[in-house]
Amino acid sequence: MTDTVISAKDVTRTFMISAGMFRGKKPLHAVNGITLDVKRGEVLALVGESGCGKTTLAKMLLGLLPTTQGTIEFGGTPVAEIERLKLASLVQPIFQDPYSSLNPRKSIGSIITLPLKVQKDPDPSTWRRRAEEIMELVGLAPRLYENFPNQLSGGQRQRVAIARALINRPEVVICDEPTSALDVSVQSQILNLLQDLRKELNLTYIVISHNLAVVEHIATRVAVMYLGRIVEQKDTASLFDAPEHPYTKALLESVLTPDPSMGVPDTHLGAAYPNPVDPPSGCTFHPRCAQVMDHCAKIKPGTIARDGGMVECHLYDENEGRGRAAS
Amino acid sequence: MSKRVLEVENLTVDIPVGAGMLHAVQGISFHVDSGETLCIVGESGCGKSLTSLAVMDLLPKKAIRTADKLVLDGEDMLGAGERRMSDIRGNTMGMIFQEPMTSLNPAYTIGDQLEEALKRHRKVSTREARERAIYLLEKVGITAAASRLTQYPHQLSGGLRQRVMIAMTLMCGPDLIIADEPTTALDVTIQAQILLLLADLQREFDMGLILITHDLGVVARIADRVCVMYAGQIVEQGTAEQVFNSPTHPYTQGLLDCIPIPGKTDRGKPLGSIPGIVPSLVGAFNSCHFAERCMYATDDCTKADIDMQAALEPGHEYRCLLDPATCKKNAVREGAA
Repeated sequence: MTDTVISAKDVTRTFMISAGMFRGKKPLHAVNGITLDVKRGEVLALVGESGCGKTTLAKMLLGLLPTTQGTIEFGGTPVAEIERLKLASLVQPIFQDPYSSLNPRKSIGSIITLPLKVQKDPDPSTWRRRAEEIMELVGLAPRLYENFPNQLSGGQRQRVAIARALINRPEVVICDEPTSALDVSVQSQILNLLQDLRKELNLTYIVISHNLAVVEHIATRVAVMYLGRIVEQKDTASLFDAPEHPYTKALLESVLTPDPSMGVPDTHLGAAYPNPVDPPSGCTFHPRCAQVMDHCAKIKPGTIARDGGMVECHLYDENEGRGRAAS
Repeated sequence: MSKRVLEVENLTVDIPVGAGMLHAVQGISFHVDSGETLCIVGESGCGKSLTSLAVMDLLPKKAIRTADKLVLDGEDMLGAGERRMSDIRGNTMGMIFQEPMTSLNPAYTIGDQLEEALKRHRKVSTREARERAIYLLEKVGITAAASRLTQYPHQLSGGLRQRVMIAMTLMCGPDLIIADEPTTALDVTIQAQILLLLADLQREFDMGLILITHDLGVVARIADRVCVMYAGQIVEQGTAEQVFNSPTHPYTQGLLDCIPIPGKTDRGKPLGSIPGIVPSLVGAFNSCHFAERCMYATDDCTKADIDMQAALEPGHEYRCLLDPATCKKNAVREGAA
């Protein structure tokens, strides 16, 4: 049975950005109309370049930022109507940098049990035992309970962050670049751990990453974001085996696998990421697109259902979107 | 005919810390020829960045550098004083750092900073310096170069800033460029572009390039030769093909197993991993540095320092007691597991 845990409908988040002294403010659409369903037990990856709105979307899913338009529902109830503490017990984050996400003046034990305290858990006498259980589960020696973050390595700190996220048994864990601050040998340990925990605790992950090799490895479904919109969304296998959107293709080409027989790829993307305050007309990707057509600059591509997902590109529209262009 | 640009023999860096002496770099030897790319790869704390700083003589004050040989373009840099070194840096030896925002001065325009790099080392007029700056900005793929000269670093994107940094290092036509994690702070799409640019420019100007990185993907695509560092030592070196296609040292083998490779690793299956953590480098070390984490370690490994030995192909060396044939078998077994 696949039921939907989180569903976002046409979500938009707009920030008002100062355009300079005396010039008033301009809207920046960080997330611009995203519709997304996250099913129980799946690993959904959000990928895209910096500034594409991945983190803004994650913050809205966590209930840290209100939406400007559209609704996010958690198990059928709008997130805005769920009480803050209740939501926190359902969705938990793991952040990128375990050096800044842990309070250096708190012991490991108090960091991990803090969510219990916040949730006013009725049984404080069991906190220590539960913390030690979860520490063991994430591969931390319980003897580290009294230690402080500065005595731990990067990998151990990330394990503390994972333990803290899991102690209240959330349903969904949002991992924002969970391994990009870690060394390769530690990264693989954390990825393996995340996979094991998902099976053991029946978790749902939303993973935000720019490392496509990691995404391919861990995700079951991938959403590619560009300038606040999802431009392609598919099962991992179909996305990586047969990418359709030109942007997805360019992203996949730029993955550097350790293969000395291949040179550095030329992605033909051009250097300039467009200014999000003043996005290009029509399809926002058209200035960088290798397969750009005349009408791409004029008409926004619609959402086209594809095998196992969707894509937003005129190439896959009926007669390449020309019909819409003419009308 | 390529000439030897840099030769380093038995370089060590020691840093006094509270608990004793931290042997951060322990007897490293390598060389770079013109037109050649040498990649130094390793995890954080292995001494790769200190190695590059030691070559440039930019180590923190309390760090102690010793070497048997440190020769740049035939000139002994061990005897060179601070004055001579600052003539060399930015002139025959260029540097590119990780975060372009912190290495560019936010208070000066791009043009000022580019021109200064040339005027510091050559007797040129402002007009000549400006022309060279425009020429190089175009070379690194920046459009409307002349108008960029009056812009400030904050007006450029990360990728453009790194291009400006590269143009700046090229101002004096260096023989050697040392790039420390030049693409780590950039997006994947921009990373590929910057690497392509570096490789093209290096070929065009026939420079030696030392690229320091932790990203094995970058190394495999751009390197001619590779040095794998672990805990202050080079544990394996050879051509990129040798190191990536027949990794010999258990650490290199483990490292290559750790990274998910699209098309090769099975989606969702556990990745290989190296148990344990990097040893502390404080105090004397009389054993293989990797022994604690190595699955093939024996008692002999912890009795004395391990020397480099030749692998099956010429030019390929590694620091392990196991003989090359056994290592090859191990690599196959790990690959199959």
